[in-house]
Amino acid sequence: MLRIEQLSLALPYYPRFWRRRYATHLDQLSFSVAAGSVHAVVGASGAGKSLLAHTIMGLLPKGAQLGGSCFFKETPLDEPRKRALRGRELALIPQSLSALDPLARSQHQVNWAARRAGLAPASARQTVCQALAHYQLDERARRAYPHELSGGMARRVLTAMAHVTQASLVIADEPTVGLDPAQRGRVLDALAALTRQGKAVMLISHDLRHALNIADRVTVMHEGRCVETADASAFQGTGQTLKSAYARALWQALPDNAFTIDTEYARESHFA
Amino acid sequence: MRLALATLRRLLRLGLILLCVAGVSFGLMMASPVDPVDAYLGPLAAQVSPEQRELIAQRWGFDDPAPLQFGRWLQQLMSGNLGVSHVYNQPVGEVIGQRFTRSIALLGSAWLLSLLLGFTLGVMAGAKERSPLDKVISAYAYVTASTPTFWLALLGVLLFSVYLGWAPACCAGPVGVPSQDIHLATRLHHLVLPVSTLTLLGTASITLHTRARMVALMRSDIATHAFAQGATRADIAWRHGVRHASLPALTLALASLGELFGGSILIEQVFAYPGLGQATVEAGLRSDVPLLLGIALFTTLFVSIGNMLADSLYHMVDPRMRRPRKPGSIAS
Repeated sequence: MLRIEQLSLALPYYPRFWRRRYATHLDQLSFSVAAGSVHAVVGASGAGKSLLAHTIMGLLPKGAQLGGSCFFKETPLDEPRKRALRGRELALIPQSLSALDPLARSQHQVNWAARRAGLAPASARQTVCQALAHYQLDERARRAYPHELSGGMARRVLTAMAHVTQASLVIADEPTVGLDPAQRGRVLDALAALTRQGKAVMLISHDLRHALNIADRVTVMHEGRCVETADASAFQGTGQTLKSAYARALWQALPDNAFTIDTEYARESHFA
Repeated sequence: MRLALATLRRLLRLGLILLCVAGVSFGLMMASPVDPVDAYLGPLAAQVSPEQRELIAQRWGFDDPAPLQFGRWLQQLMSGNLGVSHVYNQPVGEVIGQRFTRSIALLGSAWLLSLLLGFTLGVMAGAKERSPLDKVISAYAYVTASTPTFWLALLGVLLFSVYLGWAPACCAGPVGVPSQDIHLATRLHHLVLPVSTLTLLGTASITLHTRARMVALMRSDIATHAFAQGATRADIAWRHGVRHASLPALTLALASLGELFGGSILIEQVFAYPGLGQATVEAGLRSDVPLLLGIALFTTLFVSIGNMLADSLYHMVDPRMRRPRKPGSIAS
């Protein structure tokens, strides 16, 4: 579905206001997301996960320098194609709940998403109704403004907005942040359900444990680089089948596992 | 029930404000060197003996202590008697009523036009920051925002009335024609220049504030999310921008009613337009105390109602300001 090859991203910054320098945020990233699967992208904050999502959606600010290439359904994904496909073939579930317009009712916002995906008014209304019902948003929640929604409900509204676009690749940016276990389960289940329709889900998370609940493959990122891409099944036991020390250390550091920082890894890096 | 209570509270507050303004303006009048007897007598003052003056002052109760005079005035106000204006030789209520209907045609149309024009320009400019359109509109807004009203009005008269002869240079109708005989088209013709001048100036601040709100919105998560849904800038400006930008525009427009009032005094002077602004200047220059006090109270009422409207409109536009129907948010 999506193939990323040697993707690099540098953004300009101004150490003095007349000087422009570039800071590398993504460094030679390569992995691919298969149709009908959940691909988790895991890493600490600042690893460049959200920037990766914005790069794929073509939402970067002006002046960004891109290297490498992206392919969507085996066709090169350049900037004009990103603009043409986003909201139709590519959908983003944003990280922040502030992405919802506080001045519009949730059902209107879902409807706008459907209209922006190119649906005719009548079919948009129908699709929106189905999607809202699918995500268990009742009449009150539909008519509610974002500030009246609980965190979980707002997440489901955002998911519904991605759902109505009928996109074949859904990028979910930290969809479970700040949710209690029951709500988290619901949101993750909803994402997993998308893959059963043959869609691909790219799940961005800093929380390896929760991502593993639904992920088929996992890419571990660290400081803009792709450390390792492995099957989700590799994350078990002591993680011996993991190739990189960083991924192993990340796995070991989970409270359910050793809850330690791998001393061998700590010594060979600046991790200590 | 809640609505009735809120309205009652607002009316009470309005009454208090009016009382305060009445007190302050009455005090200022007492402290001012204006002698109501002199003002009343006008040119006759030279022919009246000090004894007769004393008699008038006594008859009017000027020897009583100030609080007593204030109380008496308030009592008359309550019964709807604002006094008689000696400049116009008419009850103050009537003068204000007549003048206001003329002023409101000028003020109201200028206000509405500047709101609509300012809002549209602001949304268009802010939708794409630093675009050529934005630069043109911003430059226009900055220039007009720093232009004095009376100066622009003078230039307007010079260019359009004197040089080009397109618009009449003064008044609400042709000189010497009784006001009931003036045709509507003639009235409108006389309004065009003052209204355009006021509009041109009122537009600037609304444009700049609307633009600032739009620029902030276009950089926000809301816009990024909309772009991710494949929305165009125009789509975002229409669906999100209009809602968000209407908040500052409405507040500014309704709060600027008072400013517009001040601006209209200058404009009415320059165009010799017989509105409330001109009456204010006349009343001040010729020490017409009852009219001056009446206008002060009326302006307060006008501006306060504008602010009250802004308050209630805010609640309509921004759902976050409404109180939840039930305490707390909806739980799933």
